[in-house]
Amino acid sequence: MMLNMVQALNQAMHQEMEKDPRVLALGEDIAVDGGVFRLTEGLLEKFGPERVIDTPLAESTIVGASIGMAVAGLRPIAEIQFMGFIYLAMNQIIAHAARLRNRSRGRFTVPIVIRTPYGAGVKALEHHSESTEALFCQIPGLKVVVPSTPYDAKGLLIASIRDNDPIIFLEPTRLYRAGRQEVPEELYEVPLGKAKIVREGERVTIVAWGAMIPVAQQAAEIVGKDGIFPEVIDLRTLSPLDRETVLESVRRNGRLLIVQEAPKTCGLGAEIAAFVAERAMFNLEAPVLRITGPDITVPLAKGEDYYYPSPERVALGLKKIVES
Amino acid sequence: MIEDMFQILAENGRARPEREPSLPASDLQKLYSLMATTRAADLKALKLQRQGRMGTFAPSLGHEACQVGSAFALQRKDWVFPYFRDLGTYITLGLPLKNYYLYWMGNEEGMRIPADLNIFTISVPVGSQLPHSVGCALAMKYRKEQAAVVAYFGDGATSEGDFGEALNFAGVFRTPNVFICFNNQYAISTPVRQQTAAKSIAEKATAFGFNGIRADGNDVLAMYSLTREALEKARTGGGPTLIEAFTYRMGNHTTSDDASRYRMEAEVNEWSRRDPIERFRLYLKDKGLWDETFESRVQREAEDLINKAVEEAESTPPPRPEDLFIHTYEEMTPELNNQLAELRDFLKGEPK
Repeated sequence: MMLNMVQALNQAMHQEMEKDPRVLALGEDIAVDGGVFRLTEGLLEKFGPERVIDTPLAESTIVGASIGMAVAGLRPIAEIQFMGFIYLAMNQIIAHAARLRNRSRGRFTVPIVIRTPYGAGVKALEHHSESTEALFCQIPGLKVVVPSTPYDAKGLLIASIRDNDPIIFLEPTRLYRAGRQEVPEELYEVPLGKAKIVREGERVTIVAWGAMIPVAQQAAEIVGKDGIFPEVIDLRTLSPLDRETVLESVRRNGRLLIVQEAPKTCGLGAEIAAFVAERAMFNLEAPVLRITGPDITVPLAKGEDYYYPSPERVALGLKKIVES
Repeated sequence: MIEDMFQILAENGRARPEREPSLPASDLQKLYSLMATTRAADLKALKLQRQGRMGTFAPSLGHEACQVGSAFALQRKDWVFPYFRDLGTYITLGLPLKNYYLYWMGNEEGMRIPADLNIFTISVPVGSQLPHSVGCALAMKYRKEQAAVVAYFGDGATSEGDFGEALNFAGVFRTPNVFICFNNQYAISTPVRQQTAAKSIAEKATAFGFNGIRADGNDVLAMYSLTREALEKARTGGGPTLIEAFTYRMGNHTTSDDASRYRMEAEVNEWSRRDPIERFRLYLKDKGLWDETFESRVQREAEDLINKAVEEAESTPPPRPEDLFIHTYEEMTPELNNQLAELRDFLKGEPK
């Protein structure tokens, strides 16, 4: 069936909840309203208010209660309405969800999925355009997952629900309804921790994730006219990182360009550049280049285009790195 | 006399007969023995810490009645979410004392709670275990298990956002929670009057739509009776309860603290007259359930238990490098394997 990302995620939740009675969903406005993006539509009608829970406005307890449910054997999917509000739950995520397996020497595990829409590019209000994924990538014990297509969204969400570790599942708002794709009706998993080469190419490797994948693809189209054919890697899981796929590609192509929507300093791109420097330095024919958001607060609608990496900016970077 | 405080035993050990729980003599003696063991184990920990054999920990001195009395009311199917001053709770519920010592000696292995005990791990960030207890209670409700969930915390925790959020959730969903606050008058140095302008902690429950009650936290029978009642109510769909155990932290906040910097000796002396163990001893003696022989048997048994636990904890080997890595995720990631290998290589080459 041709589905957009919202529909694919909705189908994944429906099907996985049908299959596994331990799976339930909680969050603000997810039940009666079906979610502010209608992503959880139909779940309440099908599974009832004990399994699809409209919660009070309390991010810390949405996550904290999910931890308690997980300890008691359930597998909750918690929704944080926008990534800009996840900071209220940071203590629960960092101090407990991520560490409980270690603190209890494996007795208690936290198989929860924290879903949240993230990223700019939709001209939203303040706090509705955040992409602070790197904050979570630094925390041992968390896994961070970002789909960029409807197919991957369904398969990654199913794999995340079935995974026995806590997962931050970031959904690029800009891609929610950006396009449809053939999505199989049946349940399937896209494995966590595995990047994917989404465009084969040579002489330069682009590493990106989430909403930067279509930007990288468009940039590749632009420079294709000049005879440059970049390879594009979609990380899909940001933590744990699939370093091997990146290293293999960089060793083959000799150049690395990272496209990151988040501010530049200490972003995930910095870690990628660092491990490539550690392990593939002598395969590089040019310095690593990062095209990122600047180190500023994400602007409101009128200024957003200055912030957001565009295909043209990436294309310029590609030309620069290939010519150097 | 504190306003509106539920009490069964007066400070002189006299009981209000209409409130006395119908516990057999053996249970009453058991309560005494658990409190005495808690105190002895706590004092032993202090000694170990002063001798450099244990790290910083939070002493339980003065909390024996509220810890033991409330925990004694629990059934095995119930869940407990402790904070970090819960020695008597652990002893009552049967967590091996070795685990307690081991954890505070700095070995995570101590927090590997045996699989047959529904006790959650310690939560050091104040109040952050309250949301967990609500989630666990929601799970009990979802699975239609007739089990209740107890969360312990101090007066300082009631100022945290998680307290308000969690109790609000509990009220909205009528979860089978029992929230037990040990109001010991201080959060490190901050007195309770600087923590809240409310007349009591208990009255805060009203705002969340359920009952709160203040108990004499140094009265083991009051704590037992109120907790038992609240647990029964929770298990049978009656919703949550907040119990404020009005007590006093007789020791320092932790072994790194010096309470004389912020509280008067006279106040401490005043509270030592209300000692929870002494009060219960007078009660038992009056009932003919306590004499010197009983006392020395209790002390001897406690000492044996404690010595064995200390020996076991001290003879537990320190963690191996891999022990620190393997519980990060269900499976080791390639990067973690690399980092562990690096650490091992370094240790191999390190001069002995």
